[in-house]
Amino acid sequence: MSELFASVEEVTKLIHWMVNSGLDIAETFEVPKLINAGVFYGIGGVVILMSYGVILFRNIVHSALCLTGSFVALGCLYIFLSADFLGAVEIMVYGGAVAIIIVMGIMLIRRDDMSHSNPGRGIIAHISAGIVSAMFFVSMAAAIIMSPFGQPAEFKLSDAVTGLADLMLTKYVVPFEVSAILLLMAMVGAIIIARGKGADKA
Amino acid sequence: MIDLQKCFELIINIGLPHCLLLSAMLFSIGLFGLLTRRSIIAVLMCIELMLNAVNINLVAFNRFSAMPDYSGQLMAIFGIVVAAAEVAIGMALAVKLYQERNTVNVDELDELKG
Amino acid sequence: MFDFALECAWLIPLLPAIAFAVIGLFTRQNKQLSAKIAIVAIFVSFLLAWVVLGAVLSNDITVESPFIAKAVWTAIGNIELTMGMLIDPLTVVMLTVVTTVALLVEIYSLGYMAHDPGMGRFYAYVSLFVSSMLGLVLAISFFQMYVFWELVGLCSYLLIGFYYYKVSAREAAKKAFITTRIGDFGLLLGIIMLQIYVGTTDFAEMQIQLPHYIDVFGTGILTAIAFLLFIGPIGKSGQFPLHVWLPNAMEGPTPVSALIHAATMVVAGVYLIARAFFLFSQISVVLEFIAWLGAFTAIFAASIAITQRPMKRILAYSTISQLGYMMLALGVGSVTASMFHLMTHAFFKALLFLGAGAVIEAMHEEADIFKMGGLKERMPVTCKAMTVGVLAIAGIPPFAGFFSKDEILAAAFEHNFFLFLIGSITAFMTSFYMARLLFVTFYGELKDDCPAEETNDFMRYPLVILAGLSAISGIWGYFFGFGEWVYFGAPVHEGINFFVAGSSVLLAVVAIWLAYAIYVEKRWSAHGLAAKWGIFYNLSYNKYYVDEFYTLVRYYGCFVVARILYWIDLNIVDGSINLLARLIGALGGVLNKAHCGSVQMYIVCFYGGVLIVMGYALIYAYKVLSMAGGAF
Repeated sequence: MSELFASVEEVTKLIHWMVNSGLDIAETFEVPKLINAGVFYGIGGVVILMSYGVILFRNIVHSALCLTGSFVALGCLYIFLSADFLGAVEIMVYGGAVAIIIVMGIMLIRRDDMSHSNPGRGIIAHISAGIVSAMFFVSMAAAIIMSPFGQPAEFKLSDAVTGLADLMLTKYVVPFEVSAILLLMAMVGAIIIARGKGADKA
Repeated sequence: MIDLQKCFELIINIGLPHCLLLSAMLFSIGLFGLLTRRSIIAVLMCIELMLNAVNINLVAFNRFSAMPDYSGQLMAIFGIVVAAAEVAIGMALAVKLYQERNTVNVDELDELKG
Repeated sequence: MFDFALECAWLIPLLPAIAFAVIGLFTRQNKQLSAKIAIVAIFVSFLLAWVVLGAVLSNDITVESPFIAKAVWTAIGNIELTMGMLIDPLTVVMLTVVTTVALLVEIYSLGYMAHDPGMGRFYAYVSLFVSSMLGLVLAISFFQMYVFWELVGLCSYLLIGFYYYKVSAREAAKKAFITTRIGDFGLLLGIIMLQIYVGTTDFAEMQIQLPHYIDVFGTGILTAIAFLLFIGPIGKSGQFPLHVWLPNAMEGPTPVSALIHAATMVVAGVYLIARAFFLFSQISVVLEFIAWLGAFTAIFAASIAITQRPMKRILAYSTISQLGYMMLALGVGSVTASMFHLMTHAFFKALLFLGAGAVIEAMHEEADIFKMGGLKERMPVTCKAMTVGVLAIAGIPPFAGFFSKDEILAAAFEHNFFLFLIGSITAFMTSFYMARLLFVTFYGELKDDCPAEETNDFMRYPLVILAGLSAISGIWGYFFGFGEWVYFGAPVHEGINFFVAGSSVLLAVVAIWLAYAIYVEKRWSAHGLAAKWGIFYNLSYNKYYVDEFYTLVRYYGCFVVARILYWIDLNIVDGSINLLARLIGALGGVLNKAHCGSVQMYIVCFYGGVLIVMGYALIYAYKVLSMAGGAF
């Protein structure tokens, strides 16, 4: 029994050592940073790929699906950027509500074959759009690379929901109210616009 | 001579520029789609992409700025609100448009021609 | 005892101005009340003017030591514009003459304008005129003088156009205003140049500064200034070639012709030169020019007057001729002779005009002297007064014109024999045409349908008074030493130059006899003479075609140039504008193609613009950062 205990202790020691040395090795090879970078590039890659899906699929339902995927990936990215609440909001509002609105819109508009429901414009439009967007990206990238951003500050924020609520109801109360009115107006407007001709009688 | 070590560190040390570059890329993709898609629903989806690119910026600045508060995230929330309103109205318009014109192709809607 | 008058001299122009305001604002409709207000105002001014004369005589105020009162009116930058009054013998002569003639004319108008519905308006205008004229006389600087100079021009315009319902009166008013404007513009330029180069327009200050200025800068600029200043008198005093307005100005009521276009306003030019004689006397070129222009105007206008038929037109050309005389006197350097003649001329020419007005009114607006005749029996008082006036202007002793004309001729004789010759010939012509006017109108046979009657009292008494003044003012001025009182430089004591006086009297008598022989005895036929000297007769009768010449000049100078400019405007200016418009239109057509209605095309263009701005910002930021050493 004692051997057993002894062996258990040994094993435990061994595990401790292995873990410690593994951590040491991870420390040496900057494994946290590597993981960090891996997560970022993973999420970012998903976002970019999904976005390409949005603009490249010929079937608009696939596009909408990719859009939803992109939104979910973006929510993950927000969480990665330590904005947990915002990530949740993103997934719920975009990945849920907006995606559903879009799909509903698609369903209301196209009921037949969906295979060519997302047509592109002519070759000239593609070329000009490519030039413009590429140049836009290049100039934005140049500006970003040129800008001397400092090192990221390392600090721990308190509870995000409390902080946001504080700001929203004190410093930013007017924009908050305005956005509330905006939402109301958007809702009423959307109803008025989308209401069919026969709706008056109903 | 390119310093490989330094390049590796630049790639590994995730910071503000990486997020901004991602945002710019997302925005450019949205812009390209905005300019090339014919269906108004696809155009709307591209606009959503661009709005999200903006939100990435806001959140990234909030995360990496020296100010420990939530202003950036709050702005992002307002952005989400506006985008939600926009997509609701936009979709309503698209549906109405389809009812009136029986088409949702942007290049067939050229009443603005001078 | 008269000293208070000097301090109160500003009342002299102010009272008629108040009368003008009251009549113009309140009593215009009431003819009698308006006339009374105007006459009371001018009567008080008249009394004050004579009291000022007494004050000047008793206070030993001379040309060298005038009485000056002034106040700063306004300041523009560092230029101070002063208003005030300058009283010296020169001023007083003008004050008394103007107020006297104005008073008599206003009384005369009581009769003359009695049946005119615009009588209130007439008195308002005349009061304004008298006020402006007196302000001009009292002026302390060229600037103040110019203000009143323009005001009298305005009054002249208003009064010439008094019968505004007559086309000819309107045209005459416009002609007078525009013609004198040419002169006024020259005067204004001269005054501005004076302010710029000499730094003041104040007479007294200028008189002190001018010698230093000439020492330092010479007379180059001053010559130009003097010429420009003289253009004003050319226009206002009807000198050739701007005399054309004065005969047409007879369209106004006759009292106005007597007051403004014979006795007072037209001599403003003479007064201006006399007042600024310290400036003109420095520049012999301009003086010589004034003398020759005056002499030419005198003989030129006299030669026209010989053949004219309307009574007032003869008198108008006579006025031009006499103004030429005054200019001649100034040009040969005799302010005394000029001012003396100005005074006597004011009296006898006002008399002649008022008499002519009486005759024309009696003849029911018939102005042609050859349609009159034998009025001696019908209008004995007018006839006697007119005879005095004619003798005065003809220069028969002892009437006023003899003394003043003799002084001018004597001064001219000393200066240049040729000028004297012109003056003598002019005197001969003057006597002839005035005698012609008198003989044709009052002698000869009475026409059968002649409606003429003797005039009413209001019109008769001023004639009598003026006749008295015309008779005695010359001899009075002569014996009381006008020349020792009004002079420039050194006092002058007139002595009669017997060669000059004898020749001019002889010429006048011969001319009157000649007129008598032709028009009363009919020894020679006037028509025969006219036919014999056809060319000269036509030239003179048509006023040397000066008006026609101006019409031609206006046609070719204005209409043709205007036509050319119109063509240029139409084809080149408008054409270029139209071309521009078409270019813009074409460009718009091109840009219209870009406006294709495709929203996405618009977005491309929009982002193109964004990229341009971003590119600029990037380049700028790169420069700044590389200067700071931190780019990339």
